[in-house]
Amino acid sequence: MDTQTLIYLVVGATFALYIGIAIWTRAGSTSEYYVASKGVHPVLNGMATGADWMSAASFISMAGIIAFSGYDGSVYLMGWTGGYVLLAMCLAPYLRKFGKFTVPEFVGARYYSQTARVVAVICVIFISFTYVAGQMRGVGIVFSRYLEVDINTGVMIGMAIVFFYSVLGGMKGITYTQVAQYCVMIFAYMVPAIYISMMITGNPIPQLGFGSEVIGTGQSVIERLNGLGAELGFDAYTDGSKSTLDIFAITMALMVGTAGLPHVIVRFFTTPTVRDARKSAGYALLFIAILYTTAPAVAAFARTNLLTSVPNTAYADIPAWFKTWENAGLIAWMDKNDDGIVQYGPGTPFAGNPTYSGETGPAGQRLLSNAPAAGATELYVDRDIMVLANPEIAGLPGWVIALIAAGGLAAALSTAAGLLLVISTSISHDLLKSNIKPDISEKGELLAARISAGVAVVIAGLFGIYPPAFVAQVVAFAFGLAAASFFPVIVMGIFSKRMNKEGAIAGMVVGLTFTFTYIVYYKFIEPTAGANEWWFGISPEGIGTLGMIFNFIAAVVVSRITAQPPEEIQHLIEDIRVPRGAGAAIAH
Amino acid sequence: MSGSKQEAAAAYWKENLQLMLWLLVIWFVVSFGCGVLFVDQLNAINFFGFPLGFWFAQQGSIYVFVIEIFFYVWKMNQLDRKYDLHEE
Repeated sequence: MDTQTLIYLVVGATFALYIGIAIWTRAGSTSEYYVASKGVHPVLNGMATGADWMSAASFISMAGIIAFSGYDGSVYLMGWTGGYVLLAMCLAPYLRKFGKFTVPEFVGARYYSQTARVVAVICVIFISFTYVAGQMRGVGIVFSRYLEVDINTGVMIGMAIVFFYSVLGGMKGITYTQVAQYCVMIFAYMVPAIYISMMITGNPIPQLGFGSEVIGTGQSVIERLNGLGAELGFDAYTDGSKSTLDIFAITMALMVGTAGLPHVIVRFFTTPTVRDARKSAGYALLFIAILYTTAPAVAAFARTNLLTSVPNTAYADIPAWFKTWENAGLIAWMDKNDDGIVQYGPGTPFAGNPTYSGETGPAGQRLLSNAPAAGATELYVDRDIMVLANPEIAGLPGWVIALIAAGGLAAALSTAAGLLLVISTSISHDLLKSNIKPDISEKGELLAARISAGVAVVIAGLFGIYPPAFVAQVVAFAFGLAAASFFPVIVMGIFSKRMNKEGAIAGMVVGLTFTFTYIVYYKFIEPTAGANEWWFGISPEGIGTLGMIFNFIAAVVVSRITAQPPEEIQHLIEDIRVPRGAGAAIAH
Repeated sequence: MSGSKQEAAAAYWKENLQLMLWLLVIWFVVSFGCGVLFVDQLNAINFFGFPLGFWFAQQGSIYVFVIEIFFYVWKMNQLDRKYDLHEE
């Protein structure tokens, strides 16, 4: 069977599985729809959280980003895992004890203020839409790459699938689909990683192979990477190019942002008990760590492989995978000095993404119509290739390539579905039920949740089809804003009895305004500004850290000069601090 | 809540905060300490084929995070029972 047929088969089978699960677990009540009746086993919830959390970017792009940035890529590894420690110890058990459905609901109750709740809803919707726009585009890209349809058709197929299981099944449907998606994803990631680790180091465990000797060289993987890179003029793989303060700020913003992202927090509302909420954070991180500790190993292997087999090789002798991915536009060679040999070094070979002129050159390479850039390097490599080309590089059969396709789709769909659910919940529960129409029946609320999920899917799909020019640059937004808004407000809500409504609102407004302004200014108004112009040399990606600090300061100062929170709030805080009395599943 | 129950809750909270603080110190040291601030110094040490600082930044900190959460879960379950505040 050829690879394309296998891809259709495997992807089709996984889709059938997801839809089957959606029908089997469809939600009948708001509690099922919002939080899966708080009946999800911690191990399963951990898997669902892992799938929810790991997007197409984690699955396909992260290893590539690390491969090309070396040590600097560590910010993502530490940042996107360390947040779970904060979640497990500072947020999850207490929010579970609070026992409601949404993050704005907690903010509104703890700060006895409808205004605070509305501010929180706006943050949730903004953060989640920012994030989901990128996901839908990712769905389209993965579809188009594997199913030979164009990106827009891909987005529409993705919309239809997500629509089906999020509208029908709500949180319950999404949770069990995500469990299946996690399994597909991790299997698809690990199989090629194990093979490539064995191929390069002889060690089947990628995390250990990462530190082992490259077969036949007497050098460890890292020595070899640093050595090969130095020959070509690259900085050492283990040294960073960013300032220490910037690395610190980005890592912190990603960690705190992770702990403040509404679609992650809400997952801990679905466990049966407070104990399970803690445990489930542990399982979530364990399942995420399997992929996140493999990714840097894959990055190192793929880069070693690229640096040994491509630079200074005549195009005629180039490995076969090079040509496959050249056809897909992910790797390109412009023979600037007409010697028929691929030269590779730091810098870009030409301006923009490769555009092929349709002709082939003397060596058989596809010619490009891009304007050549200064510098000797002739090779364009898309970072996604580091994961996508692995099965071919390792000489794996077609079904592994099909698995990667299914894995990439699982990663993108699961994250999109989780985000869309948070958006629909905020609208039906926090805006409609609590503000506009408090007397709505449960049936009516459930219908409203489904309609808003449907509308959100369509809007997200439109973002995917007509991506705003800034989509790629706004991931910093989601994390920065979550770090500067929700995290401080929730943490102080639990750990400080003195924190009041005025303090919380002041903190959120200060943190948000500052972070928003800084990112907009340095991303869109002055995008060419570099480290010298940035405050303390902190890039927009890391500015959420400063926003979070300002939020804390503003909140503490304002709360000290305004009235204490009322008596019943003090009792509420005392109550959420202890596990007893969390109650079993609602509506069972 | 009656007096003794309130005292138990207060003592429970104090122990919880202490545990949390220690774990946050470790969290900070393995990531921001070993992986960011002192990465260059630690890179001089070879650890199973890795420069140590680099290993902490790309592998070690993540392993420690996972262990920390499970330790926290175990310890908190003990605390819940010690102060009789666990869920029935």
